[in-house]
Formats: sequence, C-alpha cells, structure tokens
Amino acid sequence: MTRAESTEQRQDGRAARTPRDRAQYWVCAFLALLGVLVIVDASQIPAFTASNDPIGPKPVPIILGALCIVLAAFYALDVARGGRGEAEGGEAADPDAGFDWRTIGLLCAVFIANALVIDWLGWVIAGSLLFYGSALILGSKRYVLALAAAVALSLATFYGFAIGMGVGLPAGVLQGIL
Amino acid sequence: MDNLNALLEGFASILTPGNLLIALIGVTVGTAVGVLPGLGPAMTIALLLPITYGMEPTQAFIMFAGIFYGGMYGGSTTSILLNTPGQASSAVTVLEGFKMAKNGRAGQALATAAIGSFVAGTIATLALVFVTPATVAFAISLGAPDYLAIMLLAFVATASVLGSSRIRGFTSLLVGLVIGVVGIDAVTGQQRLTYGVPQLADGLDIVVVTVGLFAVCEALWLAGRARGGRDELFPVGRVWMGRKDWKRSLGPWMRGTAIGFPFGAIPAGGADFTTFLSYITERRVSKHKDEFGKGAIEGVAGPEAANNASAAGALVPMLALGLPVNATAAIMLAAFQSYGIQPGPLLFERESALVWTLIASLFIGNLLLLVLNLPLIPIWVKLLRIPKPYLFAGILFFASMGAYAVNAQPFDLFVLLVFGLVGLAMRRFGIPVLPLIVGVILGPIAERQARMSLQLSGGDLSGLVGGPVSWAIYGILAVILAWPLVMLARRRLSRHRETVDA
Repeated sequence: MTRAESTEQRQDGRAARTPRDRAQYWVCAFLALLGVLVIVDASQIPAFTASNDPIGPKPVPIILGALCIVLAAFYALDVARGGRGEAEGGEAADPDAGFDWRTIGLLCAVFIANALVIDWLGWVIAGSLLFYGSALILGSKRYVLALAAAVALSLATFYGFAIGMGVGLPAGVLQGIL
Repeated sequence: MDNLNALLEGFASILTPGNLLIALIGVTVGTAVGVLPGLGPAMTIALLLPITYGMEPTQAFIMFAGIFYGGMYGGSTTSILLNTPGQASSAVTVLEGFKMAKNGRAGQALATAAIGSFVAGTIATLALVFVTPATVAFAISLGAPDYLAIMLLAFVATASVLGSSRIRGFTSLLVGLVIGVVGIDAVTGQQRLTYGVPQLADGLDIVVVTVGLFAVCEALWLAGRARGGRDELFPVGRVWMGRKDWKRSLGPWMRGTAIGFPFGAIPAGGADFTTFLSYITERRVSKHKDEFGKGAIEGVAGPEAANNASAAGALVPMLALGLPVNATAAIMLAAFQSYGIQPGPLLFERESALVWTLIASLFIGNLLLLVLNLPLIPIWVKLLRIPKPYLFAGILFFASMGAYAVNAQPFDLFVLLVFGLVGLAMRRFGIPVLPLIVGVILGPIAERQARMSLQLSGGDLSGLVGGPVSWAIYGILAVILAWPLVMLARRRLSRHRETVDA
C-alpha cells in the first residue's frame, strides 16, 4: 500500500476531535448485500451429490455469505462506536480532504472507451488514445508532446511486447500495416 | 549437498548469454518502474507480470527474479529522494533516508541501501536454499486437514494482524474469498456467482484483480488528490560511502538480515513489521542515538537490509507451502499459477529445475542490480522528474496493456477498472488490501483441501481435523482470535479492582 503524499503534519490529535465517519455505513450495506447475493446464488445451485464429493459446491458460499452478514453487523457497530479505518502506512484515512471526482470520472470514461474500441482499432490506436486522453485530463498542456509520447509508447510496446515477446496485443484495423 | 548441486545446476542453466540478458532486462525494467513515485515492489511486479507471458517458464522466472529485486531497489530510491515510500515496507526508510538526503547525504543513503540490500539479499537467499527444503520435508508429511488449518491460519493472521482494525481486515478477506468462489466449481463443474457471464466461468484472474487494486487504484488515488505543489527532489551527488559509513552500516545490515529473514517467513509478519523492528533495534543499540531523526545512516542500512531479507524469507512459505505472506509473494504465487504451476511441497519434486533456476536467478539479479545500478542511480533519478500527468497516464496505459494481455479479452479491462475503483473505496475507508488478495488466491485452494478432507472421511465432519499439526495450528488460531477478548477482560478486571480499592 502506498502513501502518495508525505505523511503530512495533520495527524496530531485529530482522531479525538473528528466526527463519526458515517460514509462507512455504505461499506456495511455493501457487505450485507454481498452476503445475501452469495447465499441466494448458492441456494440456486442444483442439488448435486457424488460419492467423491460429499458436501458439494454449496456449503462454502453459504458459510461465506453468512459470515459477510454477521461481519456487516459488527462493522456497523464499530462505526456507531466511532471506529474508523487507518491505512497501513499509519496515516489516518482522511475523509475531509477534498477529492477530485471530476478527474476520476473522466479517467474512467477514457478507460472504458479504450476497453470498447481496443479489439476494433487495435492496441496502437486505442493505447495512444488512452495515454493521450489521460495525460490531457490530468492537466498536460503540451498537446503535441503528449501525443508524440502516446504514439511512441504504443508503437514501442506493440513492437516490443506483442511482436518481440509474444504478448497478446491486438493489431485491430492496422492489421497488415504494422 | 543435494541442494547445493541442484542450485549449481540452476546457475548453470542461467549462465547463458540469452538468459543473462533476460535477467538484465528484468532488473532494469524492474528498477525503472519501481523508482516511479507511488509504485512499490508489489505493484511493479503486478504491472510487469504480463510481459513475461510470451516466454517459457524458465525465462519468465529469470526475468521475474530481476524485476523482484529491481522493484524493491527502485522503491528505496524513491523513499530516500522523494519522501514518498513506494509501500508500507519502505515507510521506515523515509524516516532517516529523507533526512539524510536533506543534509546532502543522499548519495551515502542510496549507497548503504543498495549495498545493504545486496548483502541482506545474498545472505537471505542462501538461508532460503537451506531452509526451504527442510520446510518441504516437513510439509510433505502433512495431509489435507493440516493444509486446511494452515490456510485458515493464514486467513486469520493476515486479516487480524495487518492494519489496526480486525473488522476491516476480515471485511477485506471475506470479499476476497467471495471473489475466489466466482467461476466453475472445480469438483462438480457447476457455475457459482457467474450470473451467466461466460467470461466469469474461469473466475476472475488474480493478475487483473491485483493490477486493478494496486496500479489503477494508485493512479486514480493520486490523480484525485494531486493538486499543485511539486515534490521536492534533492540532488544525489556521488553514490559512495566513506570508511565511517561502512563501519556504521555493517552492523545494521547484519542485524537487519537476522531480523528480516525469519519474521518475513511468518504469515502476516510482513516486511513493514520487520523494517520497523530493525529501525527500533538500531535506534536502541546505536552509539549515535542523537542522530536518529536527523539522518542516521543506521536507520537506513538496517531497515533496507531487513526489507530485502524479509522478501527472501517470504519466499520460503510461498515455495514450500504455496502460502503467500505478503503482497509481493502473493503476486509471485499468481505468476506460478498462470504457468499452471502450483507452489507447495510437490513443487520441488515436479519442477525442481525451475525452482532452482528461480533461486539462482535471485542471486544473479541481486548481483546485477549492485554492479549495474549503483553507477546508474543518477539516470534513474531522472525518472523521478517525469511530470505527473505522464506518470499517471503511463500507469493506466501499462495496467491496461497487462490486463488485456492476460486473456486477450476486453472484458478484463472492465474488471480492471472495477477493481481500481474498489481499491479506491478500500483506501478511502482504510481497509487493507492484502487480505483480499490472499483470500482470492488461497480461498479456492482452502475449499479444495476442505472438500478433500471430507472426501477421505466420507462426509463426516471429524475429517476436517487431522493430526497434531492441525491441532497445534487451531490452538494458535484460537489464541489470535481470543486475544482482544483477553485484553478486554483484563482491562475490565483492573478497572473493577480500582473501583473496589477506592
């Protein structure tokens, strides 16, 4: 787990003052929902008994689902008592710090676009678009340089990995040209 | 003696120009990626794993060993120069290393880290050569119920020791176990949690999950927070140590190795624990206590040695039992699995040549790293100056490339993004990632062991408990689980006594 930003001087005594982190209830809800889904799915597996497998595929997911629901309850209790997560590096998770959701959303959009067109346009074009798009979203102002870097990187990875080392990257519409 | 012979054979199979070149590429690429801010060794390996897919297993593992050490070495460079530890295990290096860089002693800090890593890596790999076969000899006597017990111990230990909150650890673990259930049941062939999606029939690929949780999550997290402010970067100067630095580093290297190797091999000890232990030890025994906190070289030498030694130590349970104890070992295990090789006691029998080649390449990679990279540090440092937009765009680019290459299907890119976002949420809520990964990898194996145990007993639940080994492990398990209750009871009791006394 990494700490991006340095361990800034904002840890002193804030744990005592900060209000309850209510967003954590979403995690409990997710966990409980996951438990229900797993149990429902497991119960729909047709009965199957074989001499070489006395318990079959059902019990494990049912146990896991039940544990999920139990844990969700404990988690909710912990949140209600003011519990909050602490990152591995020792830095407190900081819900107050602003988070740039717009950038994240745009990056996801570029990412999805890449997934949609990669088989059609091929890695060289799709990968270039992914790199170029991400770089612009993240604030690169040097448009030509970024584009050149994107194309160079895609071509280099395609020739180096796909052709050189046999990694499976698609050529797409450029099949036969590259 | 057999081991040494096997090891020599391993060396013999590496020492061809082609394989040495592969090792060299591995070390170089590993360092190059590892040195990038925010990318720790585990992430480096996960990102670079797919580039080995086109290779023969032997070549792939030679490159892998290079990436392994290169990534760790790159990570310590970042911690010293940029005050951004690549992962928790290098967090301790920052304490003194960054201070040294501030005092204009970056070159010495980098040198003691590099040489210390080499010394510790070599000693620890030697220890690995002797300890692993002994562990295998023990492991071979174990039956399915014992394995089940070991896996359960690994689950509980990773979930409850790492991180501060057990509830969050177990949450992560359970999600991982559920992910492990997805796909066709290996015994009966029935689909579980696939919802009719054909791409899910083979389960979720652990490499895609890991790259999403580590690399994509990291890029998104940094992208969401990076605003203004360039990181301070100190000049390196000459990477070199004087007599006094050597004298002060030697002890910490040895102590770091001694601490790192055994604790690295224990589930859930993890590298961050060993580096911290080494740091505290050095601070206690140092003759320069006043320098700690201001850039004491011992505080870099010890933890860096401990870090490398524990990485080698973590390979003991990984190779002998198929048990990953830290994120790096978990991804190594995934790499084995992607070649259809299951680490465990039978590994040394079935794939003997491959394992010894891997161990031999650990030695070679370690040496190449020292010989080639020590003079090249100034060049690596230039990578630290890559502007953030290109850096994050590059991480997303390589992550997508790797995830696509696993199965050549765009579906995996969506999985990758989903896990990137899951990782983001986990980080926001302070939920550790390692238990999830351990759950995904070990969950299916544990289920298989449980079902095998029951097969042998004809469905009788008593079949789940085997010989003395499993009893001992369940004993340890009970202690770990009951520990907070004991502490709670003691606190209550002492409070009760106070009120009675008053």
